[in-house]
Amino acid sequence: MRSRINSLFDALLPVLATFAALAVGAIMLLILRVSPVEAYGALWEGAFGSTNAMAETLVKATPLLLVGLGICIAFRANVINIGGEGQMIIGGILATQIGLTFTDWPGWLVIVMAIGLGFLGGAIWGGIPGLLKAYFNVNEILSTVMMNAIAVQIMNFLLRGPMIDPEQLEKASKIPQTARLLEVFRLPRLVPTRLHLGFLIAVILAILVYILLWRTTLGYRIRAVGQNPHASRYGGIRVRRRIVTALLLSGAFAGLAGAIQVYGVNYRMITDGSASGFTGAAGFNGIVAALFGQLHPIGTIPASIFFGALLVGANKMQRVVQIPSALITAMNGLVVIFVVSSEIWRKNRQKRRLSSDDKDSARPPTAGEIDSPKEEVLA
Amino acid sequence: MTPELIIVGILTSGIRLATPYLYAAIGETFGQRSGVLNLGVEGQMLLGAFVSFYVAFTTGNLWLGLLAAVAVGAAMGLAMAYVTVNLQAVQGISGIGFYLFGLGMSDLLFKMLLGTVETVKGFPPLHIPLLGSIPFIGEIFFQQNLMVYGAFLLVPVSWFVLNKTTLGLKIRSVGENPEAADSLGVSVARIRYFTIILGGILSGIAGASMSIALLNVFQQNMTSGLGFIAVALVYFGAWRIGGVLIGALLFSMVNSLQLWMQVLDVPIPSEIAVMLPYILTIIVLVVTVSRVRSPSALTKPFDRGG
Repeated sequence: MRSRINSLFDALLPVLATFAALAVGAIMLLILRVSPVEAYGALWEGAFGSTNAMAETLVKATPLLLVGLGICIAFRANVINIGGEGQMIIGGILATQIGLTFTDWPGWLVIVMAIGLGFLGGAIWGGIPGLLKAYFNVNEILSTVMMNAIAVQIMNFLLRGPMIDPEQLEKASKIPQTARLLEVFRLPRLVPTRLHLGFLIAVILAILVYILLWRTTLGYRIRAVGQNPHASRYGGIRVRRRIVTALLLSGAFAGLAGAIQVYGVNYRMITDGSASGFTGAAGFNGIVAALFGQLHPIGTIPASIFFGALLVGANKMQRVVQIPSALITAMNGLVVIFVVSSEIWRKNRQKRRLSSDDKDSARPPTAGEIDSPKEEVLA
Repeated sequence: MTPELIIVGILTSGIRLATPYLYAAIGETFGQRSGVLNLGVEGQMLLGAFVSFYVAFTTGNLWLGLLAAVAVGAAMGLAMAYVTVNLQAVQGISGIGFYLFGLGMSDLLFKMLLGTVETVKGFPPLHIPLLGSIPFIGEIFFQQNLMVYGAFLLVPVSWFVLNKTTLGLKIRSVGENPEAADSLGVSVARIRYFTIILGGILSGIAGASMSIALLNVFQQNMTSGLGFIAVALVYFGAWRIGGVLIGALLFSMVNSLQLWMQVLDVPIPSEIAVMLPYILTIIVLVVTVSRVRSPSALTKPFDRGG
């Protein structure tokens, strides 16, 4: 019974952390002389107030969920992938190019190819840091950051030159964007809203990632490597390969998010010179969503919807109470800080439980149980 | 323009542009040598850039602006120290949280308090007597502004502190073997609080150097990844101040070259030039990581047990 209550408490930790962040946000609003009730009311209204609002929320949630799924895989293997931004860009570029090249192909084929290429582009962009980590011991946090910067420059170069919309070449403005995709290549929409098939794809993939991680040998190995690489090696798991696999898959999902952003929302690639101009910072916010979802693919679904709602609601809040939507970015940061900080309670309780186990029975704790804050010991 | 003038121009702005890299990366070096990875540098820089600009803009006093950046950097550092030392949060992730917080907060404050892009008269160039009059060399090194001199002065000072003082020894021992340091009576927590707050202050100054000394404006997300590069420079420089200096100069010189290429209309895409230092960093990491060891306790929280 007690462990039941405890695990319920564990599941609620991110929620509590979010309430704490919302409370800090409320204090900031008060300092800015805005009623938090009014501001958060507008936020709710903007995110869920109408069919259109809800559809927008799901549209925003889609890239967060896809990136978040990749984050679940990487973090479970104990590798930190902060290259989602770059992976989305490369996935988006490859997918866009397919649609611009094969204009006489049937729509479904181009869409399938685009999804595949998005996956591939992200896999390459995540796989390189994976290889560097596994075989050259290069810290993946750094290499993914570098890969982000390189991807942005590739995007800027391509959109200003080789991939630029031919129409823009004739104009003096030369907006760095590609031509628009043909209508038959666009992901089907649930008219009259902007909700597109991408969200459904993301949800199905969430279920598949759950099956991958908990119902297949590969998933078991990835998680084992994350919990205890030394024991895994003794157990015959090829640790290096699994690290590469984890980062590769993680990148692939982000790349897919980039492809779906193009085929479901923008119908073209356009750059303002920065990564977030294309990604909307989903490469980072996806991390927030995955953490909030306890690094569980199914948990990441509602988490993504929640953060998608915050992003959409922020626009309404901006209009109604004149609070810049940047407040939400700051609050997302607080959520991350609070969630990772609150892990200490779980860790401490686990430690206490393990030490009392020692007295009661002969079951020795494994190193993995102590080191891994994210796994239920008794699960 | 004569070739000499162009070369002097590239070198002069290369030295100038090294300023934010140096402040931020040296601060990060202190943190990492004590075993803490601060991935929130970018956020600290952005907040430092905004508050220093805002204070300088409203009061007209650059020094007050700089002081504000120091205060904000210290506050961010304090919060980060509590989260990493006391709450033992995963550093790679909490840093992203601090980044997002700084990114959002600086943008929010900018829109609420200023609304539009303004300019200030930043720190003026300071012609150092005699040295500044040397042909070429004088122009490149000794006609810069105070914050540039400060950054380059920080290099020998921090090298000395880190390698030749007791404090430096404590910092290094806490990063290498916290258990041993603890048993010798060094407070691991106190040292890490010190290095993280120092890192926050230097990141804040790095931001200020952009908004009130180099560019003299504040714009949303104006650091555009520079803070993350600063973190990478520490690895690039193999946790040594000298190495960090070389890395900072590499990035700033390429940036300067790229800016000049645009000015001179060189028909090479500037994106390729901008990309090069990143690729080079990855190569350097691949080549050096196998030979150079990171501080053993890097990213590992220390628990005194009990």
